[in-house]
Amino acid sequence: MSTTDEREPGGRSEDAGPRGGGQAPLSLEVAGLAFAYPDGHQALFGVDLSVPRGERVALLGPNGAGKTTLVLHLNGILTAGAGSVRVGGLPVAKDTLAEIRRRVGLVFQDPDDQLFMPTVREDVAFGPANAGVRGAALEARVTRALERVGMAGFADRPPHHLSFGQRRRVAVATVLAMDPEILVLDEPSANLDPAARRELAEILLSLDLTVLMVTHDLPYALELCPRSVILSEGVIAADGPTAELLADEDLLRRHRLELPFGFDPRAARR
Amino acid sequence: MPDHGGHAQRLYRPGDTPVHRLPAHCKLIAVFSFVLIAVATPREAVWAFGLYAALLAGVAALARLPAGFVLRRMLIEVPFVAFALLLPFIAEGEQVRVLGLSLSESGLWGAWNILAKGTLGVAASVLLAATTELRAVLLGLQRLRLPPLLVQIASFMLRYADVISDELRRMRIARESRGFRARGPAQWGVLAKTAGALFIRAYERGERVHLAMLSRGYAGTMPVIDHLTASRAQWAGAVALPAAALAVCVLGWSL
Repeated sequence: MSTTDEREPGGRSEDAGPRGGGQAPLSLEVAGLAFAYPDGHQALFGVDLSVPRGERVALLGPNGAGKTTLVLHLNGILTAGAGSVRVGGLPVAKDTLAEIRRRVGLVFQDPDDQLFMPTVREDVAFGPANAGVRGAALEARVTRALERVGMAGFADRPPHHLSFGQRRRVAVATVLAMDPEILVLDEPSANLDPAARRELAEILLSLDLTVLMVTHDLPYALELCPRSVILSEGVIAADGPTAELLADEDLLRRHRLELPFGFDPRAARR
Repeated sequence: MPDHGGHAQRLYRPGDTPVHRLPAHCKLIAVFSFVLIAVATPREAVWAFGLYAALLAGVAALARLPAGFVLRRMLIEVPFVAFALLLPFIAEGEQVRVLGLSLSESGLWGAWNILAKGTLGVAASVLLAATTELRAVLLGLQRLRLPPLLVQIASFMLRYADVISDELRRMRIARESRGFRARGPAQWGVLAKTAGALFIRAYERGERVHLAMLSRGYAGTMPVIDHLTASRAQWAGAVALPAAALAVCVLGWSL
């Protein structure tokens, strides 16, 4: 690997945000998080992860690594067996749940699970309305969120009449409307055709938000996230610039991650 | 079929008539009172039911609904009135001879009663459904203080009917792609397993939807975002139908 010195982090390094400096406020702070399901299956064995504000991080890992379990801890749907989660400095606990869920914008994998209201507008309004926003302020939030994902013209449509890519974008808008501290996306590129995948990438790059993106899609991680962490068997197995992690074939193989045929992360500069 | 009409919307016929424009909760009240009044009319006042039918025909004309459109949708009543047709044959009491058949007189009146009132109720409901989007009906019910849980259940049905029928369709295609043909009872086991699998899938989806709701701050009640309001004139327009029906009903009792 003779090009090591010239290697750039994947994605747009210029807006990668401060990292490792210690001064930047942390959007997300997970410390020693362990969790076992009631049936005894232990999914997480002490996860440590810090994400400074404004950074986009990919959470990589094979199926069964505990990615979804970890994500469900971030907004308190699952409660840590040990360890702690803080979002923007606020610890996840019973009495902070409402605020935590406003701060963590979770975008689920299947937009049909996320979009449960009869129209797009009502769905985007659901989160802020639960937080007590009403009237003109609510309208403005909804319009703004839909504009940010390029779906403003679809407010009065029922979600099931939209294409899959459009539904995924509306799903992103539903959490943007809550003005989150961090956007957490579960497999955002799953089931998208190449054009929808690119459109979503452009939207995510334009957001200027802290993002944690759970994915198997390594090229997508490289495109969008300067930094990646690998979650494997319930612990963080690697943490570093995405381009470096993806160039380490041994590391990927050990954690059942694979690049698509013909894809060379060293060549995929942008 | 309206262009944005999935399976769930076939009843609705888009339009911009005075009937379409009335707020949903006014129409719900109007239809409900109309049905109550029709049911409270003595069955012997046959002419009153003719007048009721004329009132409904007037509403249909005002809403520009073709007769064929309304009549076809009223066919849903057929299975329910089968029992009414049996009454003249099985009821006790005085017998009359009609076309050489011995029929019970009280049974005939009973059958007429069910048939006339049922048909009026179905016709009124079809008019409501044809001029009001399901979505608006739900908002109207919410406005009328139907328990929120019921409104939520109904609105989830509305949202997910297409998703679930789509899953069912995919399962059918998967079955048939592997050579399955439902020929008789021997294949019922497979169909039953499909139904079971569909139930489990729907149940799991329900759990995922609930997680998604919790993630956006759901705490047991749906926020009310759209407030329906009705002007005095709109109420007057909606009440015209039951008011006219009430006059007919009072007349029916006093004559």
